[in-house]
Amino acid sequence: MANMYSKGTKRKFYDSVDAATDNKAALYSRQRQSLLDMSLIKLQLCHMLVEPNMCRSVLIANTVRHIQEEMTHDGSWQLVTEAFGSSGPSDHLVATEVLCRSSALEQQGGGPKLYSVMGYDGCREEEVVTDEALCSVTFSGGAPSLLGTIDHCWDRAELRMAAVEDRVIKDSGSEVESGEGAKTVMGQVFGTFEIKNGAPGSDPALEELFSAVDASYYDLDTMLTSIQSTPKMGPYNLLDSMASSHGPTSNSSCRTDLSELDHIMEIIVGS
Amino acid sequence: MGEDTESSKVNHSFLRDYVTEADVISTVEFNHTGDLLATGDKGGRVVVFQRETVVGHKPKGELDQVGETGESGEYNVYSTFQSHEPDFDYLKSLEIEEKINKIRWLPQQNAAHFLLSTNDKTIKLWKVSERDKQPEGYNLKDEEGRVKDISTVTSLQVPVLRPTDLMVEVRPRRVFSNGHTYHVNSISVNSDGETYLSADDLRINMWHLGITDRSFNIVDIKPANMEELTEVITAAEFHPHHCHLFVYSSSKGSLRLCDMRASALCDRHTKLFEEPEDPGSRSFFSEIVSSVSDVKFSHNGRYLLTRDYLTAKVWDLHMEKGPVETYQVHDYLRTKLCSLYENDCIFDKFECVWNSSDSVIMTGAYNSFFRMFDRETGRGVTLEAWRETSKPRAVLRTRRIYTGGKRRRGDVGVDSLDFTKKILHMAWHPEENIIAIASTNNLYIFQDRVSPDTQDPDLGSNTI
Repeated sequence: MANMYSKGTKRKFYDSVDAATDNKAALYSRQRQSLLDMSLIKLQLCHMLVEPNMCRSVLIANTVRHIQEEMTHDGSWQLVTEAFGSSGPSDHLVATEVLCRSSALEQQGGGPKLYSVMGYDGCREEEVVTDEALCSVTFSGGAPSLLGTIDHCWDRAELRMAAVEDRVIKDSGSEVESGEGAKTVMGQVFGTFEIKNGAPGSDPALEELFSAVDASYYDLDTMLTSIQSTPKMGPYNLLDSMASSHGPTSNSSCRTDLSELDHIMEIIVGS
Repeated sequence: MGEDTESSKVNHSFLRDYVTEADVISTVEFNHTGDLLATGDKGGRVVVFQRETVVGHKPKGELDQVGETGESGEYNVYSTFQSHEPDFDYLKSLEIEEKINKIRWLPQQNAAHFLLSTNDKTIKLWKVSERDKQPEGYNLKDEEGRVKDISTVTSLQVPVLRPTDLMVEVRPRRVFSNGHTYHVNSISVNSDGETYLSADDLRINMWHLGITDRSFNIVDIKPANMEELTEVITAAEFHPHHCHLFVYSSSKGSLRLCDMRASALCDRHTKLFEEPEDPGSRSFFSEIVSSVSDVKFSHNGRYLLTRDYLTAKVWDLHMEKGPVETYQVHDYLRTKLCSLYENDCIFDKFECVWNSSDSVIMTGAYNSFFRMFDRETGRGVTLEAWRETSKPRAVLRTRRIYTGGKRRRGDVGVDSLDFTKKILHMAWHPEENIIAIASTNNLYIFQDRVSPDTQDPDLGSNTI
């Protein structure tokens, strides 16, 4: 009992040195990462019943590219890809996992910390404080979730994602599982960037993501020869196509996941 | 829409707050004389207003003073029609919105008026004509059009044209479809009176007004590999006098002036207008805020006016290296860009307009504010388009945003700005100081009544 109070260790900001510059760099790195997350989600969730705004999509993709270039430049991109290994067939919905960070990731240390930008009711909320490096606005967890700002036709997607969020939170006690889940997911998002050996100068990672998201919408030719000829590109179809276009993931594994989500949804709606 | 000014006296406040999505105005345009004003909305409808003409003038009071031309005219609804219907692209399984993106009037050649309206995919030419006479006295048919019983016809009469109530007929004359794979953002009628251009995200086509099954592709920036796409076309316009020149703007903030005499496909610009980026102010949002949302030639054809997210810029056609004038529209948002990126406001596309003499430029902002800049003095003023303060004949007052320093009464703090009330679309009368401002589903028309007693003109208002 006495030992409980014996050593009062001063809490340190991360476990880094107290040097102001290090803190600033870490802060900037966090902000940049959250901007990257936000942008990726905007890209994924940007389609609706009508064709999404191409100007907006292109500008967001350019922002992602810009961040990625900078991260490659200062070496933090390598850390991200190393931390999460290679891609493999993923059972998890990419966007959901990008939203939900597990504690296991934070404990890996060294690399950039991944922070959820959104706040879900009843879920872990993060407060992202940004400074002049990005902008000077504090948006707290009380702000409406990003999904809420997307058009209303995403109600179904929102509910499902909230359901998966709950599941991940419940599972976060078991670090291995959530760590693995996040690993495969981040691997899928970033790891897939490394798959394609693109032409020198072009960015394979971004192209892969971009091609899965946009080309099928805006290019009739690409659409006709696309991997998946889904009749309607709803949210799941997009995520399915992302999962299936990289690696031997079969639709069935995604479908199993979806039925699991349905089950969870029923529980939530039932309560 | 079409509500007369009488009803503004009744308290409809609970109805006013409810905005039907379909009623949101998406474009506003005066015709070449300024007598007609057309608005398009998200529901695919076009409403045309006509200015009433007052013959002679009788001074009623200071605010009601009639201008020199003898017209004190207010704008009243002239015609309403459904221009576009929602459509469905079966190949891509996506809906095609009926929202009217742009309306452009043709120069008037006869008694009828012609306008072009476009949604994301299809451009239509409409003929708006009046009928105020009707033939009466047919021999074989009665007034309702039923065939007469021959035995009742005893004498022969000559049908005559009798005046009737004014009827405005609107008919579609041409439908220009299947010209665009991507979303049409601009249309512009050429000064030759025969052709017009339509621009989508990646291509610009030139059409002849009489031919609907063919168009010329004059600009194509689609990369061979769509994965390499980094730039889109955001706006395009023909030069007001030179029928071979047009300009288009891009999402990277550049303007390209093209000469159609140089080659059939104007992929290589004649002039490229670009402002070098200030390396000190570079951020992750630099590119997004530099994206040009609107470009307009000045009436004299010597300048270009562009709008990007935070500024409005005037460019001299003879100087490509940078704008000659830059006006800060709402620089206080520069530190809020991350938040505006999150809620997508950073992608809002504001329009900009010149006044008739090219001495004043105007553009919209948030919180129902819009800004006017006097080019000679460089001074800007913030005005508000808001129903509560805009009773008919009320004077517009200037507003201020509080950004620090001494706060005056009436100043609005940056954090209390309403970002849902955006002034994106507006138009300036081609000859007089009359402006039309669209704010969500409301249309405001402000007329400049120059009062001889004061230096500054008052702006009277007429809310529709």
